[in-house]
Amino acid sequence: MTLLEVVAPQAATGAFSLAWLLIALPALGALVLLLGGRRTDRWGHWLGVATPIASFVLAVVLFAALMASPAEQRAVAVPLYRFLEVGGWEVSLGLLVDQLSILFVLLITGVGSLIHVYSVGYMAHDARRRRFFGYLNLFVTAMLLLVLADDYLLLFVGWEGVGLASYLLIGFWQHRRSAATAAKKAFVVNRVGDMGMVLAISLMLATFGSSAFADVHARAGELGAGVATTLGLLLLLGACGKSAQVPLQSWLLDAMEGPTPVSALIHAATMVTAGVYLVVRSNPVYAQTEAASTAVVVVGTVTLLFGAWIGCAKDDIKKVLAGSTMSQIGYMMLAAGIGPAGYAFAIFHLLTHGFFKANMFLGAGSVMHAMDDGVDMRRYGALARVLPITFATFGIGYLAIIGFPFLAGFYSKDHIIEAAFEHNVVVGSLAMLGAGVTAFYMTRLMLMTFFGTRRWADGVHPHESPLVMTVPLVLLAIPSAIGGLLLNNWIGGWLEPVVGHGEEHGAPSLLHFSVVGGLTLLLVAAGVALAVVLVGRREVPVTAPRTRSPFVLAGRHDLYGDAFNETVFMRPGIGLVRAVVATDRRVVDGGWTGGADALAGLSQVSRRAQNGYVRSYALTMVAGAALVAVVLILGRLG
Amino acid sequence: MDPNHYLVLSGMLFTIGAIGFLVRRNAIVAFMCVELMLNACNLALVTFSSHWGVLDGQVASFFVMVVAAAEVVVGLAIIVSIYRTRRSASVDDANLLKL
Amino acid sequence: MVTGASVAFWLLAPVMVLAALGMVLARKAVHSALCLAAVMVALAVQYAALDAPFLFAVQIIVYTGAILMLFLFVVMLVGVESSDSLVETLKGQRVYAVLVGIGLVVMLVVATGNALVGDPVGVAGPNSEHGGNVQGLAALLFVRYVWAFEATSALLITAAVGAMVLTHRERLVKKQDQRERAAARMRAYAESGVHPGPLPTPGVFARHNSVDTPALLPDGSAAESSVSATLRARSSIRTPAELTAPMAARQAELSADQPAQPGIGHGPDPRLKAPVDQKDADLSDEERI
Repeated sequence: MTLLEVVAPQAATGAFSLAWLLIALPALGALVLLLGGRRTDRWGHWLGVATPIASFVLAVVLFAALMASPAEQRAVAVPLYRFLEVGGWEVSLGLLVDQLSILFVLLITGVGSLIHVYSVGYMAHDARRRRFFGYLNLFVTAMLLLVLADDYLLLFVGWEGVGLASYLLIGFWQHRRSAATAAKKAFVVNRVGDMGMVLAISLMLATFGSSAFADVHARAGELGAGVATTLGLLLLLGACGKSAQVPLQSWLLDAMEGPTPVSALIHAATMVTAGVYLVVRSNPVYAQTEAASTAVVVVGTVTLLFGAWIGCAKDDIKKVLAGSTMSQIGYMMLAAGIGPAGYAFAIFHLLTHGFFKANMFLGAGSVMHAMDDGVDMRRYGALARVLPITFATFGIGYLAIIGFPFLAGFYSKDHIIEAAFEHNVVVGSLAMLGAGVTAFYMTRLMLMTFFGTRRWADGVHPHESPLVMTVPLVLLAIPSAIGGLLLNNWIGGWLEPVVGHGEEHGAPSLLHFSVVGGLTLLLVAAGVALAVVLVGRREVPVTAPRTRSPFVLAGRHDLYGDAFNETVFMRPGIGLVRAVVATDRRVVDGGWTGGADALAGLSQVSRRAQNGYVRSYALTMVAGAALVAVVLILGRLG
Repeated sequence: MDPNHYLVLSGMLFTIGAIGFLVRRNAIVAFMCVELMLNACNLALVTFSSHWGVLDGQVASFFVMVVAAAEVVVGLAIIVSIYRTRRSASVDDANLLKL
Repeated sequence: MVTGASVAFWLLAPVMVLAALGMVLARKAVHSALCLAAVMVALAVQYAALDAPFLFAVQIIVYTGAILMLFLFVVMLVGVESSDSLVETLKGQRVYAVLVGIGLVVMLVVATGNALVGDPVGVAGPNSEHGGNVQGLAALLFVRYVWAFEATSALLITAAVGAMVLTHRERLVKKQDQRERAAARMRAYAESGVHPGPLPTPGVFARHNSVDTPALLPDGSAAESSVSATLRARSSIRTPAELTAPMAARQAELSADQPAQPGIGHGPDPRLKAPVDQKDADLSDEERI
């Protein structure tokens, strides 16, 4: 691996000096909607839609400006103000608009805008729609702050902000106990990852005296192996928490309790990919440590299989998609762990995944909308004709994710699998296996939802969603289809100044077919065929069949992630806390109260001297006076 | 006349007053004992004054008398008001100032 | 060398110590007060012997005259009915008090018994400096100690006000007028038969008519309500037998000398067991009550 030349960012001029508006606009929206109260109820959702669109327009302008500038001037620093100055250490807030962050900004504002529009229809009957849009805007604000920050500390502010927005939105229907619990769970699990972030930032401050990207990356080469590995692992812990990677994966499936647009925006397209962003952004650190990079690869590989396994076993359409999200982020992590050869592919897959997964989540939302908010795929079936637009767009997303040739996922995923094979044959094989499993469970989802016989619950009359929901579906289906073609030859070169480029790869051509790619396609075809045989050719039972297969049971129980957490962390934790409480009561408080009791007992004895008889007191006084006289006289004699 | 004799007399009177205060329960008698102690002190003061040939001791004695007069007025008033409410002039009956 | 001062000291010092002991040991508060007065007067003489004529006068006027009188007033207010028992109630108090007292006196005597050495200077010099003892004291009081002197004035006024506040009694119920008191008496008579008229006067005998002599009831016993409750509490009431004994003896003597002189002398009243005073005997029952 070669150490990347860190490019000094340009000073901001022109449109770039307005970059703060990217964040400020949704922030203003959130402020107005959340503080404005009921009087904004009538028009609040349109304001909520307008702000991300405005940010998107600005992002497009900035992107065009970056495209127009020469390659070495494509990183622009936008200083905001000095935040802290303590001794020789200062933290100034600033934004960094470069090749990497602008892609994220486009994804967040672009997909985000579509999801906002979609939500207008999806949440139309919710009395708290205005608040929902306030939270969504809050999320967009925090997410943009996360990707635009030029400093790990500021990034962390955005990091916590998205965590808060995620918590608020998962628990948006907090009158449902399960939603409230899920929100709490997401929050708590994210705290574990945040601990890693905080420690990582602290380590940076202790080592470099700064947490700015520029300083950290420029001096990453000075790191000793131990510090670099520690830093890499701490950052990985943070990334795992946010991106629902093993071992901090348990919250994502429960997070599906939130409204579906939230699942699409936060838990598929943007927030959960923040971990990938963090790893890619910190590439100079990982360049110093083989161990941490390997850890990233292992985490990614394990998670991609983990998520795929869960996806196979679930009947809840959103949970299948959530498992799939975990799995796809696992691919990204795997690519990011490979090093400069994989960073661009990670981001590539992240973008295409953002398109097709958001598309499918919104499609799932559309299906649920049609099915009276039912999420059980066993009660779906034969919806292809009833929901033609949803079916078509969902189908494009489906083809994209399984890697159908020339669609988005085909390029991005194949590159990752190839890179993985070059990195390590075992990892590559597992990634390829994951692609086959992905094909299986996605085909199963398609067959159970859109084909077969009607298994609808009584009183359900499916209908196509309104235009305000289907238009975003269509607009998202387009990049799902052609995103790969557009980005394939371009993104590697574009990102090279930020992440470097593997020497082995030239720009892969659109018609690049390798043995690995062919094998992958075969495996995908096998997965599809298996699903058709197992699901499509049989009657789907309305209730999940009882099974003794340990694989299925494990998948249905999220691979026992919760049980594991409960046994390993919660119960010993409770025991520990009980022990601490008991210690506090018995030993600490006991020491105090025991001392007080002893004192009280002593007082009970000594209070008898306090008999209330003035003559007794006087006797004591006179005796004391006599004693003083004795002492005085003896003192004189001596 | 050896002034030490006056001092010894003063000490004896003071001690008698102190013992009286310790053993007598009648508040008025106890109060008289306090007066006796004050008088013993006065005697010592006047003796010192005479011995050293300065009048300050007599002035101090005079102040003691003034303070004693004020003290007697208030003290007796307290005794009377306690007697009114409790129908007792015994110092042992006023023993509520305890746990 | 025998001087006036040493004569006064050796005469009066034992008196003072004895009087002080008497004050402590006397059973009655009045006796204690009188003993204290003796100590104070003797002390005044000692002051005079020590060339302090002003204090001599003040000691007599203020202490003996004012403060002790105040004590006596309070003794009269309070102490008459309360007999001060000398039985000690606090356990060991008396023993410890005496032990501590002995310790204290030994200490004081040891410490001060030889404290002053050399010949006394005497205050004759300072006394003559301003033309006399009083003038000398005044010069000190109004110059060096003027602030302390002014402070004592505040102390005195505070004490006076304090005494008034402490002894002031707020009237809680409206004062009854004569009509109401008469009505209450009649009501008490109607309800419980309490005699509505004045209490009986003390008895008037040939040799006694003081307030401690009870009147006699028709059966010859003493009328309890005719003497003050305070005197009853002191049990200093004379008994009827004691009162009539001399008269009875005299009558017996006379009747032994002169047997029955009709028309001149009265025999013993047949209604009385013991003969009573002439005047008393003339009164009807109703009048006696």
